[in-house]
Amino acid sequence: MNMIVFTTAVLLYLLVVVYLGYRGYRETKTAADYLLAGRDVHPLVMSLSYGSTFISTSAIVGFGGAAAVYGMGLLYLTFLNIFFGIFIAFVFFGKRTRRMGLNLNAHTFPEFLGNRFNSRFLQGASGLIIFIFMPLYAGVVLMGGAQFVAQAFGIPYNTALFFFTAIIGIYVIMGGLKGVMYTDAFQGLLMLLGMTFLLVFTYVKLGGVIDAHRALTAMKDLVPPPLAAKGHNGWTSFPPFGTENWWVLTTSIILGVGIGVLAQPQLVVRFMTVKSDRDLNRAVPAGGFFIFMMTGVAFIVGALSNVYFVNNPAFGKIAFLAAGKNVDNIIPLYITSALPHWFTAVFMITLLAAAMSTLSSQFHVAGTAAGRDVWEKWIKGKGGTILITKVGILVSITAAFLLAWALPNFFEEGTAIIARGTAIFFGLCATAFLPMFIGSLYSRSINKTAAVSGFIAGFSVALFMTLFIHTKESAPLLLCNALFGKASLALGSKWEFVDPLVVALPVSALTTLLANNFGKRLPPKHVENCFEGIR
Amino acid sequence: MLGLGDFWVSLVFALMIASVALCLAYGIARWNKDGGPGRKELAEEKRWGREEKKIQRKL
Repeated sequence: MNMIVFTTAVLLYLLVVVYLGYRGYRETKTAADYLLAGRDVHPLVMSLSYGSTFISTSAIVGFGGAAAVYGMGLLYLTFLNIFFGIFIAFVFFGKRTRRMGLNLNAHTFPEFLGNRFNSRFLQGASGLIIFIFMPLYAGVVLMGGAQFVAQAFGIPYNTALFFFTAIIGIYVIMGGLKGVMYTDAFQGLLMLLGMTFLLVFTYVKLGGVIDAHRALTAMKDLVPPPLAAKGHNGWTSFPPFGTENWWVLTTSIILGVGIGVLAQPQLVVRFMTVKSDRDLNRAVPAGGFFIFMMTGVAFIVGALSNVYFVNNPAFGKIAFLAAGKNVDNIIPLYITSALPHWFTAVFMITLLAAAMSTLSSQFHVAGTAAGRDVWEKWIKGKGGTILITKVGILVSITAAFLLAWALPNFFEEGTAIIARGTAIFFGLCATAFLPMFIGSLYSRSINKTAAVSGFIAGFSVALFMTLFIHTKESAPLLLCNALFGKASLALGSKWEFVDPLVVALPVSALTTLLANNFGKRLPPKHVENCFEGIR
Repeated sequence: MLGLGDFWVSLVFALMIASVALCLAYGIARWNKDGGPGRKELAEEKRWGREEKKIQRKL
């Protein structure tokens, strides 16, 4: 790759991002501008921002690499992302969230929950969870982004990490949600461009859609015996029911991220940034198409990269082995070896855009959680909303930076590292927030006791399973080993493979339902106000 | 279907394409439905305008 061309392209990209961040800063006057982009964002900007926040580098590189290992069964995640993450989210959650958020004068997701259930605790505790765990999700995205910058410019990882974090930090802190959403939309367009080329090129190179799939199907016998023993029966087949791979695919990846998306604070808050339900209708097509072009393309290309690697004499083996058993290396290796050189630059910028668009929203939502929800509303701390939110953002950026700096020292290569932080955060959010969030939007009789009980039960079970049962997380998190001398309390049983969400979400939902029989009902006037304009 | 290996993966291709089609069809069919900004939104906007002016005066 020509270094001068690449550097120029990256600088141009950064210039546009900084300009859009500056525009956001100029247009930000009130707290509602800073927290909710003034509630008058264009539907296309909203849907691109929603999509590009949703899709991080890890969805493309980490999960794309996972598709190269597990195969096209992973496309169920894309289907769930589009159907639940866009269609159900916008149509059945988005409209009600927007209206109710307005009725309740909510500026953040925790504030929405707190005001809906008349509970300062709920707002503060939800904010605290987001503030504590978001840096883990952001740290992992940051790590992926910084690794790419380091490789692309040939600079040390720590230097790349520092500058990468600083650039994002500046435009998020200055521009607020307007800056974040403008830059998101621009980054979303770049991502669309990059992924479209990747899809078309891959299919053309492998002889067309059907021939490419057939070639991959014919490679069934090349599955390494250890993987075949776990139920892998080819890259275009789903593993048989009950095998280890079946559990990994269905629970961890599909449920963990597919359903978790419905209660993501950084996504839910976007519903409150548009002016009308009509605007939400208009955002649906672009949102659905965008997600397909991101995860759909990444998984298809990831799986098909096996055909390229096997047929190429320079490699002659499947993607997993060609990339030295490092799942996260598969997509980058495919890009650099199979695609034209100039595309490497385009793809680097695509990934940079994917990482930055996700990170900016993560920092913004963690900062608003700390500043607005915990400090201003829960502890009743002093200070202007915008200023304390800026401080909150700075604190969460620092935490994510420290994690991204420390994590590479704890984790060994060979596992889909990038996928873990995302799954942990998605899982915790889904279990803590989803049942009461659905209740808040659809039930007039749900009370505060139900919301708080479901929240505490879901979160505790999910956290316990993450720390002590689900080996994928409990092993690297080291706490279980430190306390009990083993990686998981369920070592050797099926439970160690079951994603925390699968257990904690039903627990949270059941607790919410049961607890609704106790405690006082919310005042009828308050409920009327919540549902004003909602049929 | 499409050269894919088993029923479940063929099914997910179909589901994926159908879900994108659903999003497109929904957006197009309801492009002008559900109304634009309502009374509450406009009132809110006015309130922000006043708030903004107040802040600017302060500055």
